[in-house]
Amino acid sequence: MISLTSLAFVSMMLFSIGAIGVISRKNIFVIYMSIEMMLNGINLFLVTFARYHFDMDPQIITIMVIAIAAVEAAIFLSVIILLFRSKKSLDTDVFTTLTQGEKS
Amino acid sequence: MNTDLLIWIILSPLLGAVLTGGLYFYSIKKEKISDATFAWIGTITPFISFLITLSLFLRMNEENITFKQELFTWLSIDKLTIEMGFLGDNLSIFMAMFVTFVGWLIHIYAVGYMKGDKGFGKFFAYFNLFLASMLILVLADNPIILFIGWEGVGVCSYLLIKFYYGKKENILAANKAFIVNRVGDFGFLLGVVTLFFAMGEVDLSFTSIEANLTNASPELLGLAGFLLFVGAMGKSAQIPLYVWLPDAMAGPTPISALIHAATMVTAGVYMVARFHFLYIDLADIGLFIAYIGAFSALLAAFIATRQNDIKKILAYSTMSQLGYMFIAVGLGFYSTGLFHVFTHAFFKAMLFMGAGGVIMALHHQQDIFKIAQHRASLPIIGFTFLVGVIAISGIPPFSGFFSKDAILAAAFQEEQYLIWGIGMFTAFLTAFYMFRLYFVVFVAPTKSKKEYVYTSKTITLPLLVLAIGAFGAGFLNFPAVFGGNHFVDTWLGQLNSKTIHLSHATEYILMIVSVAVAAAGIFVAYKKYANFDVSKPEEEIGIIGNKFYIDEIYDLVFVKTLKKLSTFIDKVVDSKIIDGFIMNSSEGFVEIGKKVAMLQNANVRFYAAFMLVGMSCIFIYLYITLGL
Repeated sequence: MISLTSLAFVSMMLFSIGAIGVISRKNIFVIYMSIEMMLNGINLFLVTFARYHFDMDPQIITIMVIAIAAVEAAIFLSVIILLFRSKKSLDTDVFTTLTQGEKS
Repeated sequence: MNTDLLIWIILSPLLGAVLTGGLYFYSIKKEKISDATFAWIGTITPFISFLITLSLFLRMNEENITFKQELFTWLSIDKLTIEMGFLGDNLSIFMAMFVTFVGWLIHIYAVGYMKGDKGFGKFFAYFNLFLASMLILVLADNPIILFIGWEGVGVCSYLLIKFYYGKKENILAANKAFIVNRVGDFGFLLGVVTLFFAMGEVDLSFTSIEANLTNASPELLGLAGFLLFVGAMGKSAQIPLYVWLPDAMAGPTPISALIHAATMVTAGVYMVARFHFLYIDLADIGLFIAYIGAFSALLAAFIATRQNDIKKILAYSTMSQLGYMFIAVGLGFYSTGLFHVFTHAFFKAMLFMGAGGVIMALHHQQDIFKIAQHRASLPIIGFTFLVGVIAISGIPPFSGFFSKDAILAAAFQEEQYLIWGIGMFTAFLTAFYMFRLYFVVFVAPTKSKKEYVYTSKTITLPLLVLAIGAFGAGFLNFPAVFGGNHFVDTWLGQLNSKTIHLSHATEYILMIVSVAVAAAGIFVAYKKYANFDVSKPEEEIGIIGNKFYIDEIYDLVFVKTLKKLSTFIDKVVDSKIIDGFIMNSSEGFVEIGKKVAMLQNANVRFYAAFMLVGMSCIFIYLYITLGL
């Protein structure tokens, strides 16, 4: 049996890699994938502890998160398409409309 | 006893003021309204007041009752309830009687004096308002209502002193009067507040203050008594707040007559008498009042001997006579003090009106020596002026003798020999300077042709009526020594804590002494001025001629230092410290804003990192505090 610690460690690793990806990458797609990775890290964490405590509530939350992530994916992808159409680029540094003027 | 008439004593001149004021506005905007209209409205309203007061007086005389009228509750804040109430007791009706009567005569006089003036209507509006304010002050049922009248007379005196506002001196004099009065008013207001705290949960009408006086702490009451007297110092022109009175002569003469005889300056004496129940227990404050009065009387009399302006001499004489009144009320002889207020109203109004007549006949010349050089023949004014001068000098049987002598007898009986001595010496000076004025203006030989100048009936008639008053008013309080009836003393008897009960022999001796002193003053004035060469006028020189340099000292101590202070605040505190602080802090905000704005750099990854850090902080905090 895989120990609780190693499972928790994997989920935390997934979350951290996702977080670092969100912070460090420029491409919107990669950022999106990183966010999904963070969500999955959380999901794994919840499922692990649900098993450990023999409790069904976290499982339900996990299903919820997956459902919401699917909805989010639909919106996110359409937003990405719109963004690409307006600037012909997926680099986040291009989208500076809301800045204090100096950078635009 | 309730009555609806009491308020009409005040409302009559107040409505007159509103009406004449409104008509005056109409006349300057639209079409001209004749002076006669203003004159009729302006003179009838005080007469109505007088008639009402007289009817109330006669009813009181028969039935021995007190009138009271409460219109509505003006203020009600927690424990403090102030009724818009008016009180007609022996004191206030007595005061209102001669205020309305003398005021009415001065109104009639003003019709003649102000004839043809382009501000005729405005003058009567102010005049009626002045009288209405004074009547509010007199008839007030509590100190707050009294304060309304108190401020009202202050404002009206300001408006009237600068009636000819084209001249800078007039405006300065009006400002001086107003500002000096404000100092006193502030004291009065503090006194009322102290009284309120001393009394606690009592509504502030005079009767309930009197009834609950024993519950209050004596220290607070002493403070209140002192502060209230500071107000009286300002209004009644006593040391040290008297400086406005001589300058107030800048206004037209009827105003001086009104201020000095019927309204304004007597307010201080009246107020002390109104609070007689308070001052009876404050012997120290009372003595202080008496000393202030005595020294004011002496100082003013000294200054008056060296003045050349006819109106200023009269102004200083008023201050001096007010000093006598404060001696009386300070020592607890309220009816005696008010009797002097009463007689003084007659002869001082008459003296001012006579002086006004002389000034008018000589085309606004006020220097007594110049008046003498171009003397005109004014038989009626000359005669009435003589009556006034004799009355103020204290020669029996003129009214001034009885009231002044009673005050001096009171001081003697109280064993305040210093006050008595000052009073006697002031009486000598009074006789001297008043007869100096009379001899120079009317008697001293002159080369002028003495043309007869016609004086209007509206000027001479009030003068003659007042002359009867100045002669006969003394008989209303004829001393018991001569088998008199003591009418005023009986009428105001409830105020008195003390009465004069010297032996007859002492009283006779005191009278003889005071008459002798007055006669000596007249004799000295006669020797010096009856044959005075008026072409060589005396100059206002020396320490007395310069009014003891009091104005200069005040200027140096208060005006100049205040000016320095305000310049300092303007140039240093405001522009450097406060502006500096505000400008620097606003620049600081701009700098901080610029720094904060750098966070909004549209760098999504930076936002994400920031979010992560923030959330981490929150979770760490929750972990520590909740201890999960």
